[in-house]
Amino acid sequence: MNFRAVRAIYLFEMARTWRTLLQSIVSPVVSTSLYFVVFGAAIGSRIAEIEGVSYGTFIVPGLVMLSVLTQSIANASFGIYFPKFVGTIYELLSAPVSYFEIVLGYVGAAATKSIILGLIILATAALFVPLPIMHPWWMLTFLVLTAVTFSLFGFIIGIWADGFEKLQMIPLLVVTPLTFLGGSFYSVNMLPSGWRTITLLNPVVYLISGFRWSFYEIADVSVGLSIGVTLGFLAICMVMVWWIFKTGYRLKS
Amino acid sequence: MTPIISVANLSKTYGSGFKALNGINLEIRRGEIFALLGPNGAGKTTLISIICGIANPSEGRVTVDGHDINKDYRAARSMIGLVPQELHTDAFESVWATVSFSRGLFGKRKNPAHIEKVLKDLSLWDKKDAKIVTLSGGMKRRVMIAKALSHEPQILFLDEPTAGVDVELRKGMWEVVRTLQASGVTIILTTHYIEEAEEMADRIGVINKGEIILVEDKAGLMQKLGKKHLTLHLQSRIDAIPDSLAAYRLELSDDGRSVTYDYDTRGERTGITSLLGDLRAAGIRISDLDTSQSSLEDIFVSLVRAS
Ligand SMILES: Nc1ncnc2c1ncn2[C@@H]1O[C@H](COP(=O)(O)OP(=O)(O)OP(=O)(O)O)[C@@H](O)[C@H]1O
Ligand SMILES: [Mg+2]
Repeated sequence: MNFRAVRAIYLFEMARTWRTLLQSIVSPVVSTSLYFVVFGAAIGSRIAEIEGVSYGTFIVPGLVMLSVLTQSIANASFGIYFPKFVGTIYELLSAPVSYFEIVLGYVGAAATKSIILGLIILATAALFVPLPIMHPWWMLTFLVLTAVTFSLFGFIIGIWADGFEKLQMIPLLVVTPLTFLGGSFYSVNMLPSGWRTITLLNPVVYLISGFRWSFYEIADVSVGLSIGVTLGFLAICMVMVWWIFKTGYRLKS
Repeated sequence: MTPIISVANLSKTYGSGFKALNGINLEIRRGEIFALLGPNGAGKTTLISIICGIANPSEGRVTVDGHDINKDYRAARSMIGLVPQELHTDAFESVWATVSFSRGLFGKRKNPAHIEKVLKDLSLWDKKDAKIVTLSGGMKRRVMIAKALSHEPQILFLDEPTAGVDVELRKGMWEVVRTLQASGVTIILTTHYIEEAEEMADRIGVINKGEIILVEDKAGLMQKLGKKHLTLHLQSRIDAIPDSLAAYRLELSDDGRSVTYDYDTRGERTGITSLLGDLRAAGIRISDLDTSQSSLEDIFVSLVRAS
């Protein structure tokens, strides 16, 4: 195992975060605060409570997940797309590193960033609303699992993309809608039963439900199912990454 | 001594269906400077890319110091430093950071003293904290060389290292290369400047249309294919070459004041002595003479034409 290489990649990627601190950390915090102003204060005053939790408090886990998901994908996809784009990927391909080490460096850094980000958003939210966390360890587990899974997913997108449009396409057309429709701002149980069934096909529902359970012990689906679906998606991403490296897809001519 | 790199039967067909390499066999000797010469699109970069792990071979086998580049890629690649043809750099990193990164990537323990030495050798020391975007093209190329040297490779690939580097820095670069060779590093370079190959290399390989058409010691190559020309300047002009000299196949200049004789340095006898005697017998007097040898460039051009 070439630990020095993993560390070099990881620190290189983290350095990029510090350099672009404003985009990486500050802007999500600002947008989260805006959500609170709009949804928490404006709309929340009309919706009293959901399942015994005030609306402002209810949406916090969903907001965190929204940012963690999109930022994991954005960080990881950009992290690997950029060297491909400017050509510095040659060095990675010619270095004595295994695929596993490359993934560990890139995905590790992307996940670290979004975990830090998730925690910052939680802290920001705590300034606006009361925020009980019933199962802190489960909360962290869900956070880490989601960050890793979607960083891996972002890594795949970054390798697949051969232009900036494609890099934006999946997050914009697939992930953001799924997240908004995944119960960030409402309980799936509030939907008419037809819509509810369709919603259950959305994997993000399981993530947000499980994550919210770790805060308030309220969930749309069972916690076991939430973990199962998340692990399932993680496994699919791992298989895809394994295949990418095995064939050199979009990396080696 | 076993070769440090051995390429056997290597072919490469790109996804587009284009066959860029066709049954390449090549051995690089330990410690030599090997120059790979060939016209644009000959397959030089493709060959280097495969050896370094950037492109997949379609057929054939490559070993680096006995390590198969696929099965034993870690051992093979950690011996190799690569300076690619194109300038690929992380624009917003500092020189120091990007060079140190390369060392880490190749699994080497931190060694600021070594990085410092490399940067100083390449006249980059005063730029160590500069962001790469702020450097000139020639400086960027030297940064890429520094990256390749950061992890103390035993084999160095330089894919057209002097493109865009001014004369003085080029000299500096060759000094670095010579010092590396003296410390035991094997160097493979590609270049379009034939004088460079002539000046630097121990051996020269010529590649054209994906095939190696010749590999020779530089001296041997010059000798083997190096015809010499003897030009004799005459005291008074002549209109034609006398029949008695026909066997020498002399060429008369347009102004009739000089004749040229081609001979082969490899030949048992050059025929010069008897030519001079016969000229004298024919009453032709000589005022001056000079000889010239075909340059590597002439050899190269004739080889590529013939293939
Ligand atoms: N990724 C690729 N896909 C398809 N064809 C390629 C690819 N890369 C190179 N080629 C083709 O393979 C041939 C050899 O290219 P290569 O870059 O190895 O040449 P070269 O000898 O390095 O040329 P130059 O002196 O211009 O650098 C060229 O005809 C080129 O068009
Ligand atoms: Mg080339």
